[in-house]
Amino acid sequence: MSMISDSARSDIENWVDKYPAEEKQSAVMAALRIVQDENSGSLTTELMNEVATLLEMPEIAVYEVATFYSMYELKLVGRHKICVCTNISCMLNNSKAVVDKLEDKLGVKLGETTADGEFTLKEVECLGACVNAPVVQVGENYYEHLNPAINPDKIDQLLAELRGES
Amino acid sequence: MESSAEQNIVNIEINDISLQVEPGQMLIEVADANGVAIPRFCYHKKLSTSANCRMCLVEVEKAPKMLPACATQVMNGMKVWTKSPKAIAAQKSVMEFLLINHPLDCPVCDQGGECDLQDIAMGYGGDQTRYQERRRIVKDKDYGALVSTEMSRCIHCTRCVRFGEEVGGIAEIGGTGRGDHMEIGTYVQKSLSSELSGNIIDLCPVGALLSKPFLYSARAWELQSYLSIAPHDAVGSNIKIQTRNGKIMRVVPADNEEVNESWISDRDRFSYLGANESRVTSPMVRNSSGNLVETNWQAALDTVIKSFTEIIATDGGSAVGAIASPSSSVEEFYLLQKFMRGLGSNNIDFRLQQQDFSAGAEQSAPKLELSLQEIETQNSIFIIGSDIQREQPLLSHRVRKATLAGAVVSTINPKTIEFNFAISTSVKTDKLTPALAGVAKELLSRGLGGDLNLEQLLTDGAVNIAVEAEHKEIADSLVNGENSMVLLGALAYRDQNQSRIYSLATAISKMSNSSLNIVTEGANALGGVLAGAVPYHSAGKVEVSECGVDVAEMISNPPKGVVLFGVEADKDLAGDDSAIDSLGSGFVVAITPFMDRLTYEHADVVLPLAGFGESSGTFVNAEGRWQSFSGAVKPLGEARPGWKILRVLGSSAELQGFELDSSEQVLNEVKALCDVTADKSEPEISNWSAPTDLGNIEAEMVKPIPLYEVDAVVRRSAPLQEQAKKLTGGVDDV
Ligand code: SF4
Ligand code: FES
Ligand code: FES
Repeated sequence: MSMISDSARSDIENWVDKYPAEEKQSAVMAALRIVQDENSGSLTTELMNEVATLLEMPEIAVYEVATFYSMYELKLVGRHKICVCTNISCMLNNSKAVVDKLEDKLGVKLGETTADGEFTLKEVECLGACVNAPVVQVGENYYEHLNPAINPDKIDQLLAELRGES
Repeated sequence: MESSAEQNIVNIEINDISLQVEPGQMLIEVADANGVAIPRFCYHKKLSTSANCRMCLVEVEKAPKMLPACATQVMNGMKVWTKSPKAIAAQKSVMEFLLINHPLDCPVCDQGGECDLQDIAMGYGGDQTRYQERRRIVKDKDYGALVSTEMSRCIHCTRCVRFGEEVGGIAEIGGTGRGDHMEIGTYVQKSLSSELSGNIIDLCPVGALLSKPFLYSARAWELQSYLSIAPHDAVGSNIKIQTRNGKIMRVVPADNEEVNESWISDRDRFSYLGANESRVTSPMVRNSSGNLVETNWQAALDTVIKSFTEIIATDGGSAVGAIASPSSSVEEFYLLQKFMRGLGSNNIDFRLQQQDFSAGAEQSAPKLELSLQEIETQNSIFIIGSDIQREQPLLSHRVRKATLAGAVVSTINPKTIEFNFAISTSVKTDKLTPALAGVAKELLSRGLGGDLNLEQLLTDGAVNIAVEAEHKEIADSLVNGENSMVLLGALAYRDQNQSRIYSLATAISKMSNSSLNIVTEGANALGGVLAGAVPYHSAGKVEVSECGVDVAEMISNPPKGVVLFGVEADKDLAGDDSAIDSLGSGFVVAITPFMDRLTYEHADVVLPLAGFGESSGTFVNAEGRWQSFSGAVKPLGEARPGWKILRVLGSSAELQGFELDSSEQVLNEVKALCDVTADKSEPEISNWSAPTDLGNIEAEMVKPIPLYEVDAVVRRSAPLQEQAKKLTGGVDDV
């Protein structure tokens, strides 16, 4: 029984079509993203094996990709994954305080998920938005200028906004 | 410079020594060939270049940074220094990085004494660490019963990863995670399923991958090495048997580019662990109350001679016979047939799994027409009735290499058999003959029949042969392939319709101008034929006046006296238990290293035979390559090498020509009788003529013998048996 839906499958096919026929595995990153989105934000070994079969590549080669990139999750994650950048520019702009505040508000440490399954807090490297540091990413959105010393309410607003969505 | 380019030669200097080298090579290859030492971890001559360890950095003129010698091609006028201050500084820094996380556990590490990291750290590293932080710890992996892991020692050279992809043909190991969190492993727990997996033990430059059965049992410097030949298939892989205090401690490959390259199969590496299980260590005779009791050699031999003399006196020489293991040495085969023929019997055979003997002497010495190396250069390979990957792992590796170079492979096999190389056309069937006849008929219909007289057989005969689309494809690939080969394996050999299958395969190879290659069973089947251990001819293929009976006949109609030489009858012979039991009805002399059921229940005399690694001998591999080996350890207990036992039997029976002092002398005698230069000859299906019918066309193919069931030693190796159990995919149990 396949755990990948037909629509996800055709999405993956679209990606496969972009590459030469004998280079199917080029679509592995897109495929993993698609199945992860469909599976509430995380991957399972079974899903990765299905991707391997689909793209005719060894299973281990899929695991290699999935474990290499930080945007793939191999454990269950909360409904919202808050990715906090702690790389150099953000660090210089007080990302430590962002982390502290988020940890305090959510009652979890980096890498953990809240008991209600709403939030996962994750440390990531440069998000490419240094100009507006410190930055966090949630889903497809960036939230910027979060330094609590300058914008004390921004983080609370962000969490409220995210909670409100549920 | 101009002229050197024309000559396809590149001038370079390494350490101020001028060298003329072939273009396209990497610096490290040139250095190796010229005795310049460059340290390395990830580079291996048999694997692709990954250039990720950076240990091989050297200084190259005009290059701003140090370059990795394993990934830098030689260029005309290049000047290289491997020991300049810059090179040394780079090597030292790399070494320091590599040692950051490597545990300092050499005293308890099996690799100690044969560790690249230890050696190179001695030669190129600093004498203390500047690293104050915590070393990382990596969880060990469970790779099954053969390879043990200590992953904190891994330096991420990726040799084991590349081996899986490139040689093992199954990518199971990889590098997961990133940066400091990267780990080498399978990610999900699994036993390695490659039948060549043990080679990663040798490849791993540190003590991360070790032999599980050998763990903590000896130090590399305590071991003595003896060159030998692996006895479980017809490749004749070169091995080193390593011993300590007269005991076999482990088996590792010996490099031989022409035979096994740098590899051996797991079967060859770990079979020694079964060598001393259930051994017979003293001669025994069955007493009047039916029990086997230990006795001395003289008494046991006297019993044999007395009984055999009596049987022959009343019933004639043909009332006795001998069945030998197909992995007996040339010397043993030769003396055994000499003994039997001296007694007046031509009943001698070793073709334990053969069922159809109707071809008789016609297909007298099945072998490979190509050398193992030549297999790599084929562009079309037609495999008939063979689980080649399990039968002959390192021959299969050559086929795989051919496919990687673009060869097309077609097969006729049962549907359960799968390979680690790509197959273009696969006929999955339970019956070999009809499919083979289809291919032959297709070739004939293309007017390739010449003077082979196949028309009656294939087109006007009683049987209507169907030519399927796949048969046409196979015919196409054989005809179109510039170098094409036909390969017959054990399932064809063991088929009830073997002689017709061989005839059809011969016809196919003749019509398509392909080479004909046959593998049969055991380590020395070709040696058995050449040494005369067959009913129809004696050594050197001298025809006998009255052909003896084959092994199947000996089973269905047991001789009054029979010698079983190295045979575990109830497992090695084709046929059901009760048929094989009937062999026990006569006077049975079991010359065997192992106590097995038939010996225990039926043998009248048991003579302990030297086991694996315990005697000298010679095997002729499937190519016709004669390879001699010496004993590595003394035979266990009272056991004796086969040639000595047979020599004494011969002289006790007062036969001529048994005054032989050494196994070399026996070998020389055989060689004088055989055409040992016949290396390159075609497999002898001499005087080939078209068969008049297709024989038992409905014959069902036999089941493949599982990888770790091929002979008595392998069956007794506990780690191999455990590994077989752990693997579901790798071993065929149809
Ligand atoms: S386990 Fe050994 S061979 Fe494999 S990557 Fe690590 S050091 Fe290299
Ligand atoms: S460092 Fe944080 S976005 Fe670049
Ligand atoms: S040997 Fe050249 S980089 Fe490893």
